[in-house]
Amino acid sequence: MKSLLLGNEALAQGSIDAGLSGVYAYPGTPSTEITEYIQRSKLAKELKIHTTWSVNEKTAMESALGMSYTGLRAMVVMKHVGLNVASDVFMNMAVSGINGGLVVVVADDPSMHSSQNEQDSRFYGKFAMIPILEPSNQQDAYDIMHYAFDLSEELKLPVLLRMVTRLSHSRAGIEIRERRAQNVMQLPHDTSRFALIPMNAKKQFDKLVNKKTLLIELSENSNHNSLKLSEDRDIGIIACGIAYNYVMENIGDDAAYYSILKISQYPLPKKKIKKLYKHCHKILVVEEGYPVVEELLHNYFDENDKIKGRLTGDVPRTGELNPNIVGHSLGIFQGHPKSIPSIVSPRPPQLCEGCGHTDLFNTINELIPEIGNKNVFGDIGCYALGALPPLNTINTLIDMGASITMAKGATDAGLENAIAVIGDSTFTHSGMTGLLDAVFENSPITVIISDNSAIAMTGAQESSAVGRLYNICLGLGVHPEHLKKMVPLKKNHDENVELLRNELKYKGVSVIISERPCVRLSRDQKEEIKAKIASLS
Amino acid sequence: MKTNIILSGVGGQGILTIAAVLDTAALSENLFVKQSEVHGMSQRGGAVQCHVRISDKEIYSDLIPEGKADLILSVEPMELLRYIPFLNKYGWLVTDSHPFINTDNYPEKKDLFEQIKKHPYHVIINATEIAKKIGNSKVANMVLLGAAASIIPLSEESLLHAIKKLFQYKSEKIISLNIEAFFEGKKIAKEMMDLAANN
Repeated sequence: MKSLLLGNEALAQGSIDAGLSGVYAYPGTPSTEITEYIQRSKLAKELKIHTTWSVNEKTAMESALGMSYTGLRAMVVMKHVGLNVASDVFMNMAVSGINGGLVVVVADDPSMHSSQNEQDSRFYGKFAMIPILEPSNQQDAYDIMHYAFDLSEELKLPVLLRMVTRLSHSRAGIEIRERRAQNVMQLPHDTSRFALIPMNAKKQFDKLVNKKTLLIELSENSNHNSLKLSEDRDIGIIACGIAYNYVMENIGDDAAYYSILKISQYPLPKKKIKKLYKHCHKILVVEEGYPVVEELLHNYFDENDKIKGRLTGDVPRTGELNPNIVGHSLGIFQGHPKSIPSIVSPRPPQLCEGCGHTDLFNTINELIPEIGNKNVFGDIGCYALGALPPLNTINTLIDMGASITMAKGATDAGLENAIAVIGDSTFTHSGMTGLLDAVFENSPITVIISDNSAIAMTGAQESSAVGRLYNICLGLGVHPEHLKKMVPLKKNHDENVELLRNELKYKGVSVIISERPCVRLSRDQKEEIKAKIASLS
Repeated sequence: MKTNIILSGVGGQGILTIAAVLDTAALSENLFVKQSEVHGMSQRGGAVQCHVRISDKEIYSDLIPEGKADLILSVEPMELLRYIPFLNKYGWLVTDSHPFINTDNYPEKKDLFEQIKKHPYHVIINATEIAKKIGNSKVANMVLLGAAASIIPLSEESLLHAIKKLFQYKSEKIISLNIEAFFEGKKIAKEMMDLAANN
């Protein structure tokens, strides 16, 4: 019997079976289940595959590069915006190249189901000039890992593997194949390419640029890019990654009448594209995310009416694809679906019953009449829901860590009573450096670290902040008199309001650690956290 | 043969367990299956849905197209109506009548049922109540699965086998509760369907 796996899990099993030695990641929807699967895998444990979470995507990618440097195969996993955090090492390791196979798995989130934007990671792959793979289904996600590591080792380049929410979070039956052995340690023959001082970097960068022809040739001959020409010349379809499924769903039994180029490997196979272009009167580009391929085609063929896609409005410019959208773009009648009865009301996500964040927001809200209603800078996590009614506490939410630094910038401009609300794990991910900025100038901000001892929003993973927050803040130079703790419970409400009011009066950096474990933690997890805290003190 | 099923409810109500039973049973019958689900922020007390597709041929899209669902199985009545655009002409609606109210403007129960009854093929049962009588409100999802069993093209044997497999690490009591819930749902739905057919 086949194994029933999420796209993410299929990819994870594929990486184990392709001889992986370490996965490095920070949780982020829709990528989280990849690492979790390997963490739970008995086989991975036997093989001593590294699986511990990293503090952020940048540290994760650098560690993966370190493992690759020793000749072992490593994988680094993140959501699309995580690649922004890791982009420094990402761009540079394309220049240095890698040693053991290194695959960068990035899960994009078109339609922003759990994200702040719908950036398309293929742009990053092109920017770094490395190969990109984009599986179209779960079996493909499993099978392609083997190829990804081979490609990486053959080219001595990192390979970007792009997933999207729908593939990450959809299950199918998967056929598992034989596992190959892990690499043994073999340090690079010449380490100078990893030392990117200008004279080495120049050499390496030329090498990278010169690999382009080879990369295109590999794409041209890749099984992952297949061209099928039919006698009907009306329309040629270029379907990238998961978009291929939506195309096939629509044309199904009539597939033989359509000319289709399926793309799952980049850079684009120019010759195949030219063949399709010459063969057909019209080209429809169907791709999930940004119009990356469509834009390139407009460049290749000097802007003309023949190429249709998201830029021309034949496919909606934004948002996730689905079978109906793609069917419509193909000109296939989609029927008249029944409408949702008007009595159905929206049911947005909300904080769990008994969540400590709610009590914290109630504390802050008590002071809003005194301090004004535009002074609370928020961050990424469950507590972002504090931006919605009925709480309406948080005014901003931009990226990991921005609460502290935006509050600081606003006070530089003269805003008084600025409050930053940040979670424990977001703080260790990207808040610590910003707090040092604020300490350095003794900015009059009050930072509340809402510490629930977990990376809650993605499923209560272990937070590297557990038991360390107080000492981190002290170490960064927060004055002990203004480094406070509170427990956000109804019974402590008045006391907490008073504490916050006093710290807001202080014209320097205050940090309040608001401590209450996430209600979603299991009893075992709570015990583990207690043991961890005890071992640290 | 291709069957499209939408499962709906509120985050935390256990629709993924129903999905897992369907998937496991389908794979045991050597069928193709695809199941798309919601993870992340929307899980927190928000509307969640899950698309299950079962076929004897390769399935392409992970998502069911609008107007193509053969069954919407919901553990909550308002969440059932949210996915009406997906229902096909002869599609079935099976839902728990028990509302999950966590919004201010939740509609009147009778208005919800009126909307559901506009569709010719529907089964509304108080699965939560039935589950409580059996001994645990958590098995309401298995009551509903039982109620929809006659509409699902999988054998009872493989569905029961899948339930046992899914709960294999739980106590005997939990397994038998779930199986009892399945049969209770099946029985009540059959009575309702027979009644409707005779009228």
